[in-house]
Amino acid sequence: MSNLNTGRRGLAIKTIVAIGIGAALVVAIYQVSIPVGFIPNTRLQFNAAVIAIIGAIFGPVAGLFTGLISHTLGDALFYGGVWWSWVIADAVYGLLVGLTFKKLKIYEGGFGSKQALIFNINQFLANAVAWILVAPVLDILIYAEPSDKVFAQGVTAFAVNGAVTLIVGTILAFAYSKIRVKNSSLEKEA
Amino acid sequence: MARMLSYSDKGSVIHSLSGTTKLLYFLIWSLASMITYDTRLLLFMFVVSLVIFRVSKVDFEDIAFVLKLILVFLCINLIAIFIFSPEEGVKIYQSRTLIVHLFGNYNLTVQQLFYEMNVALKYFTIIPIALLFILTTNPSEFASALNKIGISYKISYAVAITLRYIPDMQRDYVTVSQAQQARGIDMSRKVSLLKRIKNVAAVLIPLFFSSMDRIETISNAMELRGFGKKNKRTWYAARKMKRLDFAVISALVILAVIAVIITFAGGSRFYNPFA
Repeated sequence: MSNLNTGRRGLAIKTIVAIGIGAALVVAIYQVSIPVGFIPNTRLQFNAAVIAIIGAIFGPVAGLFTGLISHTLGDALFYGGVWWSWVIADAVYGLLVGLTFKKLKIYEGGFGSKQALIFNINQFLANAVAWILVAPVLDILIYAEPSDKVFAQGVTAFAVNGAVTLIVGTILAFAYSKIRVKNSSLEKEA
Repeated sequence: MARMLSYSDKGSVIHSLSGTTKLLYFLIWSLASMITYDTRLLLFMFVVSLVIFRVSKVDFEDIAFVLKLILVFLCINLIAIFIFSPEEGVKIYQSRTLIVHLFGNYNLTVQQLFYEMNVALKYFTIIPIALLFILTTNPSEFASALNKIGISYKISYAVAITLRYIPDMQRDYVTVSQAQQARGIDMSRKVSLLKRIKNVAAVLIPLFFSSMDRIETISNAMELRGFGKKNKRTWYAARKMKRLDFAVISALVILAVIAVIITFAGGSRFYNPFA
């Protein structure tokens, strides 16, 4: 991507704005959810898919801060309290999910089935680390909650977020990549 | 549209504190209530937070809807803890006083009740302060406060952008979802789960596209105005620290130190009345 690294010190302007707008989008759809009929108190949320797509386009730093800011503000604005262990888990998720962004070429219009495979393998791994490892362990360390309960919650969150990102995240990546101009449509002449 | 907590100037002492003070208050307070499970300390913090809430002149009606949500979550959480680990309290407090045998492996013990009461208390110490922080801090001042406590101004600015664009995005979401519903895209219970997810995606795609356009426009505007050239920046909505601010911060630091001492003095994070 052209002005992601402008040579200036620190974060590029585009990354900063992507974090801000990405987090605003996540907060705006914070309460859009589908109840899963057969498991009580489990809702499908779409936050993970948006964080994933921001990470996949703008890189790990953008993913990290989008997760961090959106989860903190969303919790605070809608529920009046911040559950820090899950905030950190979402930040870790954003960071990990953004790691393969150079391979995905969404912004350059090159997102095909091979890239979709990379994106999804990576997002399932990122989800596993964030929800089966980071969130439960922090829940135990910070809030001293029973381990069986937090791991059950973690596995559920992993499955739900993974599935939502698999469907919605992949659809978004394909759709956006389609409207971008391919970098490779012009050949550089010697 | 979902109701959201929002700032309004009620002109109380709490409103007149600088954003930096309130941010520090919020962070240290959550940290203290996070690390401690000492019942006495939690009770003390809970009472103090209620007093502060009273001083702030915030109407109860403004937060009632959020409070209901929180209470529902809290109940679910407490029940889940009991279902997954009915003997957690016994493990923590190393003693067992049976109240009543319920069924199978489930027994109600005094220790479990006390442990779950502590979990609930932890919520209650943090809720009034978190609510107050949102209700009494001007969003424009929030970014400058973040910057003042040492977070880079670029990240602070990202937070400022988020707060600025949340209402716009919510409005866009409602518009797009109504337009899509008018075209027959069903997001209700009537269609299967997979179909519903795909239909939500049909709303998210236009929303996401317009967000990407926004990113483009805003970053070009910022680029043109030379954002990020200097190492520091000033803030339009910054508020000067006054004597009261310093007093509050000192009191907080003292509280934090006391919290750490009390919590770790006994060798355990839990206050054990059964020992």
